Amino acid sequence: MLRLLLGALLVLLSACTLSNSERQTIHFWVMGHEGEVIAPLLPEFERRNPDIRIELQQLPWTAAHEKLLTAFAGNTLPDLCQLGNTWVPEFAALGALARLDSHVAASRVVVPEDYFSGIWDTNVIGKSLLGIPWYVDTRLLFYRSDLLGKAGIQTPPRTWQEWERALAAVKKEVGPDRYAILLPLNEFEPLLALSLQQDEPLLRDGGRWGNFAGPGFRRALQFYARMFRKGWAPIEGGAQIANVWTEFGRGYFAFYLSGPWNIEEFKRRLPPDRQGDWMTAPLPGPDGPGASTAGGSSLVIFRSSRHPQAAWRLIEYLSEPAIQVRFHELSGNLPPRRAAWRDARLSGDVYSKAFRDQLERVRPTPKIPEWERIVTEMQTVAEQVVRGGMDMDEASLALDRRVDGMLEKRRWMLAHGASP
Amino acid sequence: MTLPAAAWGFVAPALLVIGLFFLLPVVAALGLSLTDFDIYALANLANLRFVGLANYMRMLQTPLFWQALGNTLYFVVAGVPLSIGVSLGSALLLHSRLACCRSFFRTALFAPVVTSLVAVAVVWRYLFHTRYGMVNFVLGHLGVSPVNWLGDPHWAMPTIILLAVWKNFGYNMVIFLASLQAIPQGLYEAARIDGASWSRQTRHITLPMLEPTLLLVSILTTAGYFQLFAEPYVMTQGGPLHSTLSVLYFMYEEGFKWWNLGAASAVAFLLFGLIWVVTWLLLRLAADRS
Repeated sequence: MLRLLLGALLVLLSACTLSNSERQTIHFWVMGHEGEVIAPLLPEFERRNPDIRIELQQLPWTAAHEKLLTAFAGNTLPDLCQLGNTWVPEFAALGALARLDSHVAASRVVVPEDYFSGIWDTNVIGKSLLGIPWYVDTRLLFYRSDLLGKAGIQTPPRTWQEWERALAAVKKEVGPDRYAILLPLNEFEPLLALSLQQDEPLLRDGGRWGNFAGPGFRRALQFYARMFRKGWAPIEGGAQIANVWTEFGRGYFAFYLSGPWNIEEFKRRLPPDRQGDWMTAPLPGPDGPGASTAGGSSLVIFRSSRHPQAAWRLIEYLSEPAIQVRFHELSGNLPPRRAAWRDARLSGDVYSKAFRDQLERVRPTPKIPEWERIVTEMQTVAEQVVRGGMDMDEASLALDRRVDGMLEKRRWMLAHGASP
Repeated sequence: MTLPAAAWGFVAPALLVIGLFFLLPVVAALGLSLTDFDIYALANLANLRFVGLANYMRMLQTPLFWQALGNTLYFVVAGVPLSIGVSLGSALLLHSRLACCRSFFRTALFAPVVTSLVAVAVVWRYLFHTRYGMVNFVLGHLGVSPVNWLGDPHWAMPTIILLAVWKNFGYNMVIFLASLQAIPQGLYEAARIDGASWSRQTRHITLPMLEPTLLLVSILTTAGYFQLFAEPYVMTQGGPLHSTLSVLYFMYEEGFKWWNLGAASAVAFLLFGLIWVVTWLLLRLAADRS
């Protein structure tokens, strides 16, 4: 009480300016490109909230995961952090994340219904809400409209069948030295997106066992491998394509399964006379427009934070549609809520249209800490199928066996009543 | 023999540092390798299970571990002789009385050792690019069709070996050069008076005199090459199809990517055991010869 009085007195005495020692400092860790571009957004927040000071720290993506786990072990986590949404389950298992349900219930800014449901869902572990989507990332088709036109394809494919027809036509048109589609073999996202379009889940029995031998995944793998076997896609990893933008411009491939950051890249890097020749399209599904991955980053508050209320105010500020549009302008990242998409700067962009459409059909991956390792293993096996001609049945069974091995600890934990 | 108290006083600081920063972590890692320490254990130590030798047994049944071991052995068996051969060859050339601009070449050949591997990797990736690389360009003129150096599982490891040899040979070269300079000139003079040719001088004077250095260099190089990590990390990330995955890289992924620190420690001790056995064999070989 005395301190409060003294504080109030001091505020009066110093005529509305707060001394630094009385402001709450919240530590905010941001990764990669976002870390570089977010700084201009923060002064506005500090102006609106003179009692809060933000200490921003930038982490490179490559070191972020290790740094966060080390910080957890050393009890030096920040108050607030950007977290890749596939990392949320892992930090939830550590018990490091604060529940945000009550904050959201009381908030007028963060309205769950306004968010794309697939993205929102990635932050709900069990019944707890542990993060607020900050920006989204999904994969869809970038394509060369001129090459498709030459091959007699006027509209982008909507189903797998149409897609196959388009791929075959383009390949026939461009000849043996060029390809119809680029699916870098070191990236798991293309096959993952195709697998998420299936009705069967990728894991069964509450994430206790792999479900890769099931018909759903096998259908996706078959389709994926076929694109290589037919010679539609080059058997290459990303490192072998020195520069995807140049190669796309040269027509080395006509379709490219990639994410939103490439809109800016293609605008910037393709020569002016190529600018009219490319477009984006939602991902085709087995029958009709299909689902895709629900990637991106969330904002989370750590349980160790001593200023959760102040941290929440920053999350609210960064979630305001107007701020999200500005963030989009600074970073090229796509906002996770529909209100922001109504702004002309987003809705007016022809390349973003397909993303807006796709975002209504994004699906989260299984929300368990082991997922990242499982999906890496999935791509390893897919690579063996594509490169080494491994048998499809053998591949899916081997994958299930390995995945079941990885989930052994999880099953033990669940059996012992612990919540992983 | 008992040491006087004063002697203990003198070695105590060093022992303390070694004990604290070397012995203790090693013992802790050994303990760790007998548990299934993972992300769940990090959350709550109650989730830690003592598993005995299960990590080791499981590793020995993991095909990927054997593949990593095979790749590492391939790298060592091909890389170490090649590396020592190139070092020795260039040291002999530099030491030769016929060599000109010695200090220039000595610096030039040593330069790869001190350059950053990351920067080198960028250049090498371009040199070995399938379509735009200089290597394929030159080979193309000789009528060789393009080789997918880093993208083909058969060629990726040879490319990594080439990079490692080029990057490291300068270091051994300097050691060889120093011990070449330490060979008394009188021996060569006497041999020349007896009419010995250059090749006989090399076989009967240079190589025997270099033997202790050769042993040292082979032990150091073998131990170093077993710990292959940085080259595949920056060039291929262990791919394509795990063809450049080394034991250490495998351990790194287990430990720091998947946070299975128990399993990763087990890999570390398996690698330690392997290096220990190989070094012991090399020493035995040397002892038998002398």
